[in-house]
Amino acid sequence: MTAIARRAAAPPPASTGIVASLLRSRRLVQRNLLVYKRGWMVIFSGFFEPLFYLLGIGYGLGTLVGGVELADGRTVSYAAFVAPALLATASMNGAIAESIFNVFFKLNFSRTYDAILATPLGIREIAIGEMLWSLFRGTLYVFAFVLVMIGMGLVISPMLFFVIPVSILIGAAFSAAGLATTAYLRTVQDFDLPMGVVVMPMFLFSGTFFPISVYPQVIQLFMELTPLFHAVGLLRGLAVGIFGLHELWDLAYMVVFASIALWIALNRLEQRLIK
Amino acid sequence: MPPGEEILVHARDLTKRFSGFTAVDRVNFDVRTGEAFGFLGPNGAGKTSTMKMIACSSPVTDGDLSVIGMDPRTQAAQIKARLGVVPQTDNLDAELTVLENLLMYARYFDIPMSVARPRAADLLAFMQLSERAKDQVEPLSGGMKRRLTIARALINEPELLILDEPTTGLDPQARHLLWERLYRLKQRGATLIITTHYMDEAEQLCDRLVVMDKAKIVAEGSPRELIERYSTREVLELRVPEAVRAGLMERLDGLAERIEELPDRYLLYAADGEQALEQVHAREIPTESALVRRATLEDVFLRLTGRSLVE
Ligand SMILES: Nc1ncnc2c1ncn2[C@@H]1O[C@H](COP(=O)(O)OP(=O)(O)O)[C@@H](O)[C@H]1O
Ligand SMILES: [Mg+2]
Repeated sequence: MTAIARRAAAPPPASTGIVASLLRSRRLVQRNLLVYKRGWMVIFSGFFEPLFYLLGIGYGLGTLVGGVELADGRTVSYAAFVAPALLATASMNGAIAESIFNVFFKLNFSRTYDAILATPLGIREIAIGEMLWSLFRGTLYVFAFVLVMIGMGLVISPMLFFVIPVSILIGAAFSAAGLATTAYLRTVQDFDLPMGVVVMPMFLFSGTFFPISVYPQVIQLFMELTPLFHAVGLLRGLAVGIFGLHELWDLAYMVVFASIALWIALNRLEQRLIK
Repeated sequence: MPPGEEILVHARDLTKRFSGFTAVDRVNFDVRTGEAFGFLGPNGAGKTSTMKMIACSSPVTDGDLSVIGMDPRTQAAQIKARLGVVPQTDNLDAELTVLENLLMYARYFDIPMSVARPRAADLLAFMQLSERAKDQVEPLSGGMKRRLTIARALINEPELLILDEPTTGLDPQARHLLWERLYRLKQRGATLIITTHYMDEAEQLCDRLVVMDKAKIVAEGSPRELIERYSTREVLELRVPEAVRAGLMERLDGLAERIEELPDRYLLYAADGEQALEQVHAREIPTESALVRRATLEDVFLRLTGRSLVE
């Protein structure tokens, strides 16, 4: 009789916990850093979009609009009203640029993940790793944009320091949502639906450039379901120094939204990659 | 089998189903440490599906599988840490250079950079790719990509190397270079599992092999054993004028252990081909050409899996 091979002489740590997963998923971040080493301009360019919106709409259009009255009765400049919303958008765009477009490419054309799955890394590490990376990219934009806001005197509250961590949470939520969406996309044409019908209208209508109180009740209720509405509400509150029940609800919404999106992303990626 | 020899991969009634379709149907095999074990079979036989289960990248549907003494269902990460996998289709990272492909792969295995760098350099030299270290992957030739994929699979110094059709689509020079490298790996004590539909590859590389057809294992043994069991020592290939074909099978009767009629020729399986040919002449059967050759694994393969085309 022949013995079945011995157990691993020195087995690698069998840790399957979430902390170990998080640690191992940094490899995906390292990989993407290596790739972007040659293409920093792509990342750099993503910063200008919200900046141009701020200059064109916040200041340009703002001269026609005048001030905006806040919930607590104060009036702020239109630029100060729009800037936090553009910050939320920057965080969202940075996150989905990675988690939708680049992940789509790797998932459908390059088989990069198949190769990674032959190593000790699994679906969970891939998903979390790509999320961390897109979050990293979103956070770069957040930092840059917050500096611009401070420079232009658009952060008028000591709650400034909460703006950055909250923006990162918002990035995480959108990056998980992007990942979940990408796992369903099959062709390049499939982008049109999430980008054109969800992201773009959300950017224009969920309280970014004007309060949703201009809509009829039904549409207001509908807009309140969108994640960007809550992201904007939260950051706007922090930027002008309001944090009440409303903002608490926005925060809770973002946390729940991020968790559900991540759960869907993990399950769907598993279906796509494990046959 | 020498006493104490280990079984590295052990499969009993191993089964893979894809939504009702059975790709691997209750197969049994044991791969021993240090041997080169082949899976031979036509397209669609279930070779890749079997490799993927061993490599822990596709879940086992049914049956038992143990890889390096561990269970792929519960210990996939630990198993994968000790495997090298060369998939049927190259999946190199097109966004990285040749060297970066190796270094990044080492990172996935948590191999420190100080170890990975010299190892990657050695592997590039071993696979004759040192000059291309800084190049992008895409412009490489098929043979070079294949060699890089194998180098990448060796970066964690695996105990078991799984190669799914390592030389399909390569030109003869590239194939021979790869065979020579795989042979050297084997000499260093690596255990190899190789799938192929090339008989010469199986004869060159494999100590033992199984023949798979339609999801099942239909034969098992060393190349020599298989030839002995399923073929004769020699084969006489006979071409005859068209007019002679009618009723020729009866006229050839008794000249060989087995006679196969093909559209262009007749194959007579006999221990002594020359003697069979003499008898053909003695029976005054006119021939266009006659060739006596040793039986090969290809004869075994065609006998076991049939001659009809599988696409
Ligand atoms: N992901 C899959 N879903 C459904 N059927 C599959 C899948 N992968 C392989 N098959 C089928 O399983 C059979 C065996 O395939 P495979 O293992 O690739 O064979 P081989 O490698 O011997 O050519 C084929 O009929 C193939 O179509
Ligand atoms: Mg195959």
